[in-house]
Amino acid sequence: MTETQTPPGATTGPDRSRRPGTGTTATRVLGILALVAVAWLVAFGLGFSPADRDQEESVRILYVHVPTIWVAYVAFVVTAICSGLYMFTKNHALGFDRAAGASAEIGVLFVALTLVVGALWGRLTWGVFWQWDARLTTTALLFVTYIGYLAVRRLGGSHHQRARRSAVIGMLAVLLIPLVHWSVRLWRSLHQEATVLRTDGQVKMDGLMLFSLFVGVVAFALIYVWLMLHRTRVMALEDALDDHGLEAALAARRAEGEN
Amino acid sequence: MRVWRVALLVAGKDLRIERRSRVVTNQIVPFAAVTMVMFAFALDADVVLQRVAPGLVWLATLFSMLVLVQRAYAIETDDGGLDALRVAGVDPAALFLGKALALAVQLAVLEVILLGTAVVLYGAEIRLEGGVLLVTTLITATCGLAVVGTLYGGLAAGFRGRETLLPLLVLPVVAPVLIGATRAVESALGTAGAVVSEGWPWVGLLTVFAVAFGVGGTLAFGPLIDE
Amino acid sequence: MTDPVIELVEPVIDLVDVVAVLGSFPALAGLSLRVERGEIVLLRGPNGAGKTTVLRLCAGLVPVVRGRGRVLGLDLVAERDAVRTRVGLLGHSNGLYADLSVTENVRFWGATVGASSDEVDGALERLDLSGRLADVPVRRLSAGQKRRTALACLVARRAEVWLLDEPHAGLDAIGRDELDETLHQAASAGATVLVASHELERTGALATRTIDVVAGRATEAGQPHEGDPT
Repeated sequence: MTETQTPPGATTGPDRSRRPGTGTTATRVLGILALVAVAWLVAFGLGFSPADRDQEESVRILYVHVPTIWVAYVAFVVTAICSGLYMFTKNHALGFDRAAGASAEIGVLFVALTLVVGALWGRLTWGVFWQWDARLTTTALLFVTYIGYLAVRRLGGSHHQRARRSAVIGMLAVLLIPLVHWSVRLWRSLHQEATVLRTDGQVKMDGLMLFSLFVGVVAFALIYVWLMLHRTRVMALEDALDDHGLEAALAARRAEGEN
Repeated sequence: MRVWRVALLVAGKDLRIERRSRVVTNQIVPFAAVTMVMFAFALDADVVLQRVAPGLVWLATLFSMLVLVQRAYAIETDDGGLDALRVAGVDPAALFLGKALALAVQLAVLEVILLGTAVVLYGAEIRLEGGVLLVTTLITATCGLAVVGTLYGGLAAGFRGRETLLPLLVLPVVAPVLIGATRAVESALGTAGAVVSEGWPWVGLLTVFAVAFGVGGTLAFGPLIDE
Repeated sequence: MTDPVIELVEPVIDLVDVVAVLGSFPALAGLSLRVERGEIVLLRGPNGAGKTTVLRLCAGLVPVVRGRGRVLGLDLVAERDAVRTRVGLLGHSNGLYADLSVTENVRFWGATVGASSDEVDGALERLDLSGRLADVPVRRLSAGQKRRTALACLVARRAEVWLLDEPHAGLDAIGRDELDETLHQAASAGATVLVASHELERTGALATRTIDVVAGRATEAGQPHEGDPT
């Protein structure tokens, strides 16, 4: 919990160097590293790595598609863990709540990216944008579930009300994911034994392709961490602003009573 | 056991109000029936209709459930009932179970009516050998839907924009029920040559779903509605 | 558990420098208030002063953000659920189910605390609801009759602290007299009554003490019969 307390009514001068921001040396270094990794990814993904024998050039899409979904899954796990930490630790630190929210936001962003580039890849490889296969369907439902989670976060109320409500929804989502996965798997295995194409991603990859994929994972993981740091800090500032607003409002209300 | 006593009290109260107000019989059942007719207009072929009848029954159930849930909480929020329940110290777990029970009863009635509509309008055929599977499916799916509807309905009840928030939250969650219940009913009715034994794994899924969200909802309802 | 001796000595409502927030608005800005058992205390003040919030806070519906609040010797934060079962709030809404009859409503609310049917009958009798009105759906009652039904629910729920928000609003002269009578009865039976009201003529005579609530803070009023500050 950050409690930035300027005394109410005190005017802070235009001292710009002390204005709270979200950038620090660490995040700047991280940001540069992320940029370098992205440059690497572009070089390896589009340049050095060879085209696939079956998928030809479209295989390059996978260097974005696979890392984003991996990182997104990690992001949702972080949301679940932070939700649990908020609920079950004694002092109910809002930091956990903000981390859960920020992670879900980035997760949703990355899943959206996965779905878009996945659809493009599908069009090139399968000839259709969408396949009702287990993994795709689960991912789509996951996407909608976390959009719902983010909507719940915006319902309003005090910080702790928001935190408790969204922590519960975040943990219920954990309950839901295996059930969705199970149902969709069962559904597809029963009715679509002969699918158009095996979609479980068991592509034989040569060393350079594997390395490009690895670079992709590093790049998106760095982006995730960088975004997380900034987003949680922005959220902390927003909360602090609300608290500060409360101080000012309290002072105003007390002054109103004096008259 | 005190929890169940209060739960039955709440369920009895909800059902009595529904019986008096007749909103379910006068509005929601007709709405569900109209939905079934609309499906027929959209799909426009008897063969297709018979093939997809189980899915349409569950889809109509889901849509009607959204209305039922809104209604179940409207009776609480109309005159500050939800606040009064909180001040009265009614255990949220009991409130959850009670409202879920009342919703389950209404859903079950609705499902039977919709199934009947499917027989009449879509030419779906109910066969004897699938009877046990059909009834078990209806019960487990209804429990799953009722607990999810009650849980998220309670969350949305206190807020502006609940009409739009509820479907966004509920529909992705009940997707497994839609899939499972549809396949199980297909097996029970023998739609497109499905055999009865294929339906039982789905009943397993529906049971796990109902139990998971039943337990999760009972624990989560308090923190969710209590601001 | 609370020591019963301490409970007797402690005031029924004890708020110390309480801050409560509605959205981002500080409805209570450091309010202190003590109410002893058996008192009928009038909270008066302009609209938006925080009267309603005091009542909702004592009922455990609005959280204490800062300061300390105790009701019936129980902490409003740590022991909120225990407080709730023992207080009754009658706010702008009555908490009644329009499609149920008067008796059904009172029976339902009584049953939430396990009241016997004798207690429910007693509550109906006390509010003069056991006759013609008993089986009328609440939907068809007048405002005053609804208010009486809601009070009967409080009685059936064995509320020890009555938190009433503008209870006289919308009542005719007879209804008001009946309400005053009910509150006196409740107070002499050991209940503590906190009333937020504009109707000073009325409640001023009724109350044992008057508290002015202005801009989210409370001060003891010397003269309970002075004019309406709004």
